[in-house]
Amino acid sequence: MIELKHLEKKFHIGDQVVHALDDVSLRIEQGEYIAVMGPSGSGKSTLMNILGLLDRANSGDYLLDGINASALGEAERTRLRSDKIGFVFQSYHLVPRLTARENVELPMMLSGIPVKQRKKAVDDVLDKLNLMDRAHHSPNQLSGGQRQRVAIGRAIVMKPSILLADEPTGNLDSKSGEEVTKLLESLNDEGITLMIVTHDPTLGARARRQLNMLDGRIV
Amino acid sequence: MLWSDIVSFITQVLSRHRFRTIVLWVAIAIGVVAVNLLTALGEGAKSFVLEEFNVLGRNTLIILPGKKETTGGMPPLTGESPRPLTLEDAQFVSRLSGVKSVAPIVVGNLEASYAGKIREALTIGSSRDFFIIRQLSVAQGNILPELDLDKGEAVCVIGNQLQKELFGQQSSLGQRIRIGDTRFRVIGVLKKGGTSFGFDMDDVIIVPVANAQSLFNVDGLFRLFAEVRVYQQLDTVKRAIVDLLTERHEGEEDVTVISQDAMLSSVQEILDILTIAVAGIAAISMLVAGILIMNMMMITVSQRVKEIGLLKAMGATSSTVRTLFLCEAGLIAIVSSLSGLLLSHVITSIANLYFTDLQFYPPWWAQVGSIVLAVVFALLFSWLPAQRASTLSPVEALQGKQQKETT
Ligand SMILES: Nc1ncnc2c1ncn2[C@@H]1O[C@H](COP(=O)(O)OP(=O)(O)OP(=O)(O)O)[C@@H](O)[C@H]1O
Ligand SMILES: [Mg+2]
Repeated sequence: MIELKHLEKKFHIGDQVVHALDDVSLRIEQGEYIAVMGPSGSGKSTLMNILGLLDRANSGDYLLDGINASALGEAERTRLRSDKIGFVFQSYHLVPRLTARENVELPMMLSGIPVKQRKKAVDDVLDKLNLMDRAHHSPNQLSGGQRQRVAIGRAIVMKPSILLADEPTGNLDSKSGEEVTKLLESLNDEGITLMIVTHDPTLGARARRQLNMLDGRIV
Repeated sequence: MLWSDIVSFITQVLSRHRFRTIVLWVAIAIGVVAVNLLTALGEGAKSFVLEEFNVLGRNTLIILPGKKETTGGMPPLTGESPRPLTLEDAQFVSRLSGVKSVAPIVVGNLEASYAGKIREALTIGSSRDFFIIRQLSVAQGNILPELDLDKGEAVCVIGNQLQKELFGQQSSLGQRIRIGDTRFRVIGVLKKGGTSFGFDMDDVIIVPVANAQSLFNVDGLFRLFAEVRVYQQLDTVKRAIVDLLTERHEGEEDVTVISQDAMLSSVQEILDILTIAVAGIAAISMLVAGILIMNMMMITVSQRVKEIGLLKAMGATSSTVRTLFLCEAGLIAIVSSLSGLLLSHVITSIANLYFTDLQFYPPWWAQVGSIVLAVVFALLFSWLPAQRASTLSPVEALQGKQQKETT
């Protein structure tokens, strides 16, 4: 469960202050499917980054499964992030020199999980995402849809409780976009909390809950 | 992150950026090779020189005319003093109780001729004991006879090369050669080989010291070797010699007595300093490699900003990121320096096949030191880039922006 209380995030550009998040309070239950929408610059990515513990708010509280994340140090936030949160990015962010399999394995490797345990988890994920036959391909040998599937595999290999996807279909054609969305939704059906940022109203309408943002506020 | 994973992760990076890897490899290996080869050269030269100085044996004292006031540093190898060391002095020294034998030395260059052939040769005037102290032996004939030091006899022992040049295949024993303007009978030919103090013993003539004094028309001695009976008495005898000669020279201490050990240690000191200086110069090439590492690592960090952001988002802590970059430099340094060491051994082994007189071998401290230095430099110079990578903000880094994390 996620609880945000009066989050504020400001950016200073020169002597101008941008209010990227302005008094955002929010409660998200485990297993929800939420679409975050709003015009460009309204603060969607900023919200996702803070939820994903990649960034800190200037003020306000963030409770993640009862843990006050705003009070944690860098190393503890990193641990919490790798335990509970998976990311899917618009531009995939796969490591080009690693194979699909190694990319999926990366979070487990970084967390120091033993090789044997890793092999099983990675096999399961590749199997589930239908990527077994692409396991030893490098990212540039894969289509956009396949790349995003590898990225999703990487996001879920640590079995997080929350999946944050910032415009996951933004770089895809409609057919592979639909596939990726279906995949994410099926993961949500299994119990993961899914938050998708999207500019596509029909896609947003599929979510059970919509958050509309404007100038850093939820409206 | 597991160590095995760190190594395989780094290996993938290194093989992906092959050009950079090779440049760093070569730069570090050159530094290591430079240190090892130059010190090997220094050590080789040192053992060569020490061997040259080592011919006298530990029991020998060298007495030189003239007083050297400075302690340490090289003792005078040449030099005239106003009051010469005389044959009489030598006789007195030989009568001291701890002294087993003495060999007075007078040297100079003279023309030697036989049957119209003329050669310039180093002529040494000394005694029978000279052969024993210097461990010289003859290939043919005999060494100088036992004579009173002040009694001459017109006989000589000649070097191997000189015998060939003057006599060719003919036997020289019993023949008379002219040295300066006196005739000497050849009674022996030295065994081939051996130089000492830079004298090529293949090319010398050895005559009784009294004859040499009249040939050169001098009273003084170039120097005097004295062999003590037992090594433990070296210092006592040395003192006794100084006292005796001071007394004989009207109370003026105007001789220098040195032991081979003392001479060797000062020579060794100088050569050690030389070797270390050379190693230091070679180490500068390591510094250059270090700066190269820093630049290359800086470039890598900026090229891989997005990857760093991703690693952080995927659960790498700042210290994991720092470790990855430090280990990357460290691994290159270890592999490159070990291959540099191997190359040094290959080069010195080949050199040793060709130069049998001189043995090159990098000293252990240079081998260990060059590797330690390479790794320390690599870590030191990649610290800054690694630190920069570790403090990147993941959000900014994922967008390819190099901005520090605000905490
Ligand atoms: N690192 C930053 N430095 C300065 N300003 C920033 C930074 N990140 C975001 N902002 C500003 O904060 C506001 C919210 O940005 P954010 O990226 O959250 O918008 P968004 O809703 O994701 O927009 P888009 O739909 O274009 O992705 C914008 O005005 C943006 O310019
Ligand atoms: Mg955005």
